[in-house]
Amino acid sequence: MTKDECKKLVVDIIADIAPDEDLSHLKPEVRLRDQLQLDSMDFLDIVMELRKRHGIEVPEADYIQLASLDSCADYLTPKFNALAAKT
Amino acid sequence: MKRSSHYDVAIIGAGLSGLAAGIRLAHFGRRVCIFERHSAPGGLNSFYSLDGRKYDVGLHAMTNYVPRGVKGTPLGKLLRQLRIDRDEFDLCPQRQSRVVFGLRGETGLRFTNDMAVLEEEIAKRFPAQIDGFRRLAALIGPSDDAAFEPPVTSARAIIRRHITDRLLEDMLLCPLMFYGSAQENDMDSTQFGIMFRAIFLEGLARPPEGVRRILRVLLEKYRAAGGERRMQCGVAGIIERDGRAAALRLDDGGEITADHVLSSIGSVETARLLADSTEADRAALAGPSTDRLSFVETIRVLKCQPQELGWGSDTIVFFNDSERFEYARPGQQVDIRSGIICFPNNFEFNGRELPEGLLRITCLANYDQWAYLPEAQYRAAKQRWLEAMTRSAGRFLPPIPAGALAAATIATDIFTPRTITRFTGHLQGAIYGAPQKIRDGRTPVKNLYLCGTDQGLMGIIGAMLSGITMANAHILHPEARE
Repeated sequence: MTKDECKKLVVDIIADIAPDEDLSHLKPEVRLRDQLQLDSMDFLDIVMELRKRHGIEVPEADYIQLASLDSCADYLTPKFNALAAKT
Repeated sequence: MKRSSHYDVAIIGAGLSGLAAGIRLAHFGRRVCIFERHSAPGGLNSFYSLDGRKYDVGLHAMTNYVPRGVKGTPLGKLLRQLRIDRDEFDLCPQRQSRVVFGLRGETGLRFTNDMAVLEEEIAKRFPAQIDGFRRLAALIGPSDDAAFEPPVTSARAIIRRHITDRLLEDMLLCPLMFYGSAQENDMDSTQFGIMFRAIFLEGLARPPEGVRRILRVLLEKYRAAGGERRMQCGVAGIIERDGRAAALRLDDGGEITADHVLSSIGSVETARLLADSTEADRAALAGPSTDRLSFVETIRVLKCQPQELGWGSDTIVFFNDSERFEYARPGQQVDIRSGIICFPNNFEFNGRELPEGLLRITCLANYDQWAYLPEAQYRAAKQRWLEAMTRSAGRFLPPIPAGALAAATIATDIFTPRTITRFTGHLQGAIYGAPQKIRDGRTPVKNLYLCGTDQGLMGIIGAMLSGITMANAHILHPEARE
């Protein structure tokens, strides 16, 4: 998986959690919280959707890694690839 | 279908809080079952059929309505958490509502879903108070749910810091109390903030189909997420072992186990299910149950739209004829001095008008005065109060020719505190639960939590948020709770 593919998966999740947000102009380097109305509940939902849809576990200490799309991709892409290698 | 005997989560009650909690839990893969004693879902916001007509119970209007695009509101949070698209609820905004006080309705305040209207009205009728009102409104903070904040101060104490006219104080409290207070004659400041936002800052709306629309959306989400429910199968007892709810005894004689139990039926009502547990556990949940506020509601079906009678502009009218507004359990069957008039037709349905006219009138009532009446007297009392409530409420509506309402009426019904207890199981016909709320939802039984009215969020939006918040806090991510 490439980082761009990973970002797309994250955007798909956000689109389901926050269908009222316009996601077409998201800046990957800017914190999601600064561009969208996402509260802590919404971030927890992103974590839970990652687990539900993709089997990816994000421990609480790493939540900070989900701040922006870029940091999501840096953090999650190796996890996706490790998971793919196992199966 | 083979039924399971173990679930991750068992939910007691298929009302709005139970359904909302169920959707969250099922969506994230928990094996959930909702147990409901009644044949219809909805709990305090349900519906029934009579002579081929469906009647709503509870829902006059949904509060917290904001137009699409307004962010960071309870409605938006609810829709996100339940993965519901706004359009699914089909909400249509109100026309206008009024708070009207005085024997002949001398003082009135109009409000709509635009807060500027209420401000203008206050500036006109209470010019000396408008600055104070603006200061008060500015105190209502962002809409973060206040479920875990301790309810500290009296709402009246806070209002009096800014508003010195007792009439205006009562007029502001009247709709907020009627739509969401379990406490007599005052509210806690947290609840005041929630209701002020819900009714004045945000606003009122309704789906043309009423509560059935909301319930259908929730049931469909729940089913699609894999949730189970058993209707006409209540929970008869909670079997406690070592401080945990070890099993649930069902009405049908069966028994199931669950890792977690969420009860929406009320704190005392839940305590009563803990029949085998210690006195201390039960005492911790149970308070007095004689301080519950209940209501009588009359419903008239009209052969025309209310507009044709000259009643087309008001959606909701909150009225009071006395010097002070008394929000308390009345000494007699019904307190007709104050109440709520609701015209379910008078929302902006844009060409999807309801086929028949409806007039609903709701007044405070005393459970004990209704509960033990023999059947014939009970029926007679219902008929008597239907007339008395209609007369009382009529004083606050535009005058119409004598006999016009009777001529337009094609059916009537009335429900009482007794009806409410019979169909919802809530003690004393309570609509808003016990005055003491258990905001963290915890009980002395480790894996048993409360949601719904006794957790402390009221109204339709509040009920759903209560289910969501409790499912999140205790089951989905307990690590984030503190």
